[in-house]
Amino acid sequence: MTDLSELENTLLGQVNAAGDEAALETVRVSALGKKGSVSELLKTLGAMTPEERKERGPLINGLRDKVQTAIAARKDTLGEAALDARLAAERIDVTLPVQEGPETRGRIHPITQVIDELTAIFADMGFSVAEGPDIETDYLNFTALNFPVGHPAREMHDTFFLAPDEKGERKVLRTHTSPVQIRTMTSQKPPIRVIIPGRTYRHDSDQTHTPMFHQVEGLVIDKQANIAHMKWVLEEFCKAFFEVEQVKMRFRPSFFPFTEPSAEVDIQCSRKGGEIRFGEGDDWLEILGCGMVHPNVLRNCGLDPDEYQGFAWGMGIDRIAMLKYGMPDLRQFFEADVRWLNHYGFRPLDIPSLVGGLTS
Amino acid sequence: MKFSLSWLKDHLDTTASLDEIVETLTRIGLEVEGVEDKAKVLAPYSIAYVISAEQHPNADRLRVCMVDTGEGAPVQVVCGAPNARTGMKSVFSPPGTYIPGKNITLGVGTIRGVESRGMLCSAAELGISDDHDGIIDLPEDAPVGQPYAAYAGLDDPVIEINLTPNRPDCTSIHGIARDLAAAGLGTLTKDAVEPVAGQGACPVSVTLDIDDAKLCPAFALRLVRGVRNGPSPEWLQRRLTSIGLRPINALVDITNYITFDRGRPLHVFDAKKVKGNLTVRRAKEGEEVLALDTRTYKLDPSVVVIADETGVESIGGIMGGEHSGVDENTTEVLIEAALWDPLNIAQTGRKLGIITDARYRFERGVDPAFTGPGLDLATRMVIDLCGGEASEALVAGEVPAVTRSIDFPFAEVPRLSGLDVQPDESRTILEKLGFGVSGSGGRVSVTPPSWRPDIEGKADLVEEVIRIAGVDRILPQPLPRIEATVAKPILTPIQRRTRLAKRTLATRGLVEAVTWSFVAKGEAELFGGGDARLALANPIAADLSDMRPSLLPGLLKAAQRNADRGFGDVALFEVGQTFASDQPEGQSIKAAAVRRGTARAEGVGRHWDGGAVAVDVFDAKADALALLSALGVPVGGLQVVAGGPSWLHPGRSGTLQFGPKNVIGSFGEIHPKILKALDLKGPLVAFELTLDALPPAKAKPTKMKPKLTLSDFQPISRDFAFVVGRAVAAGDIVKAAQAAERALIAGIEVFDVYEGTGIDPDKKSVAIAVTLQPTEKTLTDTEIEAVSAKIVGEVLKKTGAVLRG
Repeated sequence: MTDLSELENTLLGQVNAAGDEAALETVRVSALGKKGSVSELLKTLGAMTPEERKERGPLINGLRDKVQTAIAARKDTLGEAALDARLAAERIDVTLPVQEGPETRGRIHPITQVIDELTAIFADMGFSVAEGPDIETDYLNFTALNFPVGHPAREMHDTFFLAPDEKGERKVLRTHTSPVQIRTMTSQKPPIRVIIPGRTYRHDSDQTHTPMFHQVEGLVIDKQANIAHMKWVLEEFCKAFFEVEQVKMRFRPSFFPFTEPSAEVDIQCSRKGGEIRFGEGDDWLEILGCGMVHPNVLRNCGLDPDEYQGFAWGMGIDRIAMLKYGMPDLRQFFEADVRWLNHYGFRPLDIPSLVGGLTS
Repeated sequence: MKFSLSWLKDHLDTTASLDEIVETLTRIGLEVEGVEDKAKVLAPYSIAYVISAEQHPNADRLRVCMVDTGEGAPVQVVCGAPNARTGMKSVFSPPGTYIPGKNITLGVGTIRGVESRGMLCSAAELGISDDHDGIIDLPEDAPVGQPYAAYAGLDDPVIEINLTPNRPDCTSIHGIARDLAAAGLGTLTKDAVEPVAGQGACPVSVTLDIDDAKLCPAFALRLVRGVRNGPSPEWLQRRLTSIGLRPINALVDITNYITFDRGRPLHVFDAKKVKGNLTVRRAKEGEEVLALDTRTYKLDPSVVVIADETGVESIGGIMGGEHSGVDENTTEVLIEAALWDPLNIAQTGRKLGIITDARYRFERGVDPAFTGPGLDLATRMVIDLCGGEASEALVAGEVPAVTRSIDFPFAEVPRLSGLDVQPDESRTILEKLGFGVSGSGGRVSVTPPSWRPDIEGKADLVEEVIRIAGVDRILPQPLPRIEATVAKPILTPIQRRTRLAKRTLATRGLVEAVTWSFVAKGEAELFGGGDARLALANPIAADLSDMRPSLLPGLLKAAQRNADRGFGDVALFEVGQTFASDQPEGQSIKAAAVRRGTARAEGVGRHWDGGAVAVDVFDAKADALALLSALGVPVGGLQVVAGGPSWLHPGRSGTLQFGPKNVIGSFGEIHPKILKALDLKGPLVAFELTLDALPPAKAKPTKMKPKLTLSDFQPISRDFAFVVGRAVAAGDIVKAAQAAERALIAGIEVFDVYEGTGIDPDKKSVAIAVTLQPTEKTLTDTEIEAVSAKIVGEVLKKTGAVLRG
């Protein structure tokens, strides 16, 4: 049956020669369409004798199947090629930079970060966070804290004053966060455990002093709290804050009007190559002042010093930030220089916690 | 307070080393600031004999010396000093020695072709004086080979302590020795002063003519006749120079010596220059005195002076007058030992700007009981060193008796310190410090010594005991939890919001700044402040004069500073306090942000993917709304009203409020007038929200979230384009559309705003997409048409809008 073989050869040749899907479709219509060459052959089956049909049927059907299969295969091949061509055409330069996202650009100021660190540590020891106004009365900033009349801190060259009011009272910008101790002791009953972070002000501006700075104080009042407890709290704090296994601390007897006994605390460190490390070395670095709350201060808050007792401490937030993170200059803290903030600031989601670590 | 080790040993019999003494001082609260140990620095310098000094072959001004250093063969040294000569004794330093006066380390050198193996030194090179005039010329009997420092008495270490203001007793070396003795470092020596009887009454009388007796409670005076006032003996001069004091003459040196030795300042008058009797009185307004520092001070009645008939002779307790000062011709001397009011001395000293060793002591409080003994000690020294004959002492006023006693249960020590100090140890410590302890058992009566005005009560005694017993003996003891529970949340709602606000704004690409709480007065006024009650009486600088009413001036200026440094695309925020009054209620916490240039949340600066889009009001609005959302503020009733405070562009700003009386903040473009006034360059946009004014998050009885109901029916969206007057707010169109069918409308987006060709010049087209969410059944076309008609009708009614054809 050479006519069928010839047709098959012709059609398969055409299928393989089809360069795209449209050409292939033309081939398909010419072979398998209503009037296609194969369709025409199939139509002839009806007019055949059963014997003829028995012989020709499988041949013509076989031809149809072969052509169909060939078209399908060719279609796949053409599809693949078309996709390859499309993909090649769609190629883009992925080395082009993307815009930095806002979460990459944003920064948290080191002071905020350190306050969050302090809060995480002291919250674990049961301390809450107390706050108070920056503009204070002379009574709460000085008198209630047992500063004697005529104390140099009460002078214009140390303290910022506002203009006297109608009553002749001169408000001050608090020189420490200690007035919040008084506010706390007069507004809540012991046991008291608070830390008091905040802005403080002194009439000072030079290489190492800024007229505004940040302090954190702690206050514990109950019926047992003593120096041994204070030492524990401060040692635990220093270990947790500086993230070291051990610290060596030195409590030097000292003097503050609002505590008795009082001490200044040094922390042992090494200073090799301008880098301060805690938990090693043999230098001492002053880090905070502390003491047992002065009986006069307790009395000023309506607490009987024979019944209640406790301790307080204070330190510079900016200073401990500098010690931990190595900023060399306090004044830069308040300059809002984005180069400094980008470098020393923290990423938005660097949220200090004890479970995840203060710093990552 | 400075003192030398040998001076300390006049008062303390001890075998302790310098290191032990220094360590102990710090441990007991007398913090050592520094130790200057010349013996250490000068250890390589020894006494040498110049065997020969010959002319250098190649240099006129140099000599080649052969030096016997006391060790081995003679050493050749090239020396340029004019006084170098054969047979002299001087000070030699070998190669490798550090030369303090030149800040170099000596090496072996060849000077003009001659080798030099060391140096003969001047006093200046050793850093012990300014004498450059030649090498040190020592007497013939100076022992060759011996260390020079020890020979010259320079091996006396000087200790400087940082004295806390409560310890007047340690302005004296005697007092420091007492503390060290109590701490177990030796025995206190040299205590009582033998009285000097004197012959005849003091011919000069003293009147205390003051309205307030405490200004000068007592004034003791004595005349010594027939003195010869020359240089003081070498031991005394050496004592004074060791701590940096300049010897003047014997009489003055004696007063300076006793000031440091006993913490007892004194004054000496040349009696022949004093006219008539002395009066202690307040100065007259405008009265002047030429003081011993050769400066003239203008006085006023707050200053207490000692005057004679001619006028002021001394500023009491601070500095004597030049006129009646003693000199080498003085033959009759009046010695004064007085008591002054610490507060008045401090104020006078500050007012006049005078810092003296006398003021330092009187403002801390001088031991009143040592007034008489101090005068006697001075008198004896004057007689010993200058000869003469003393009169009897005269005392005007009365030395106040110090008789207070403190009821002290020894149990106070463990109660406050946590250290179980036994009563015996406490008693011993107090007694060694000079406290009187009477009674026995656990509760005693303690009398503080006259030199400790700082001791008021039990807590002070506890401090005395533990600082001597040793604070390092107190072992840390865990502070027990108040309740044996998991740590509870501790932040207040505003504290939580403040923290969250900072983190939220940072995630929007804003950088946190901390700016001053004070701004310039003009800036305060521009931002709604400027109240005279919020102006500082003593600002540190003119541009930091008023408490800030807003965070914006600080942030805007900071943004400009960054721009001036070349960083113009800057986005800053601050969360902090602002001040509306000087009362605590007037202080509030605000959150504010500024964006400058192209610093948008989406991207900053030029970029291949588009960008370099200038910030606009909607960047600021987005920041504000993102913050409210993050803080969980219920925003159902939030109104955004066009226009804002005076510092924002009136047509490009909005006010955020829950009703007109409950404004929470604003956002917008900075007003051009503000840009001009603060010298800023835009584009600059900002928002500011008052965190305290935000409504609290809704209180919920449980942590359960409301039940989630999901509709089985697909939402459908319909678009409407309205043509409205240009002044109509898009917000009003949205509101009207929403009101048309509250139950069905699940959301409305404004997706296009168009003005221009095809639209009347006074109109604009606003296109909204309304999402309908059926809940019970799929909506039929008729139902959708009905809703659409309602929306169009409602928007027409409220805004006059017509559907765009």
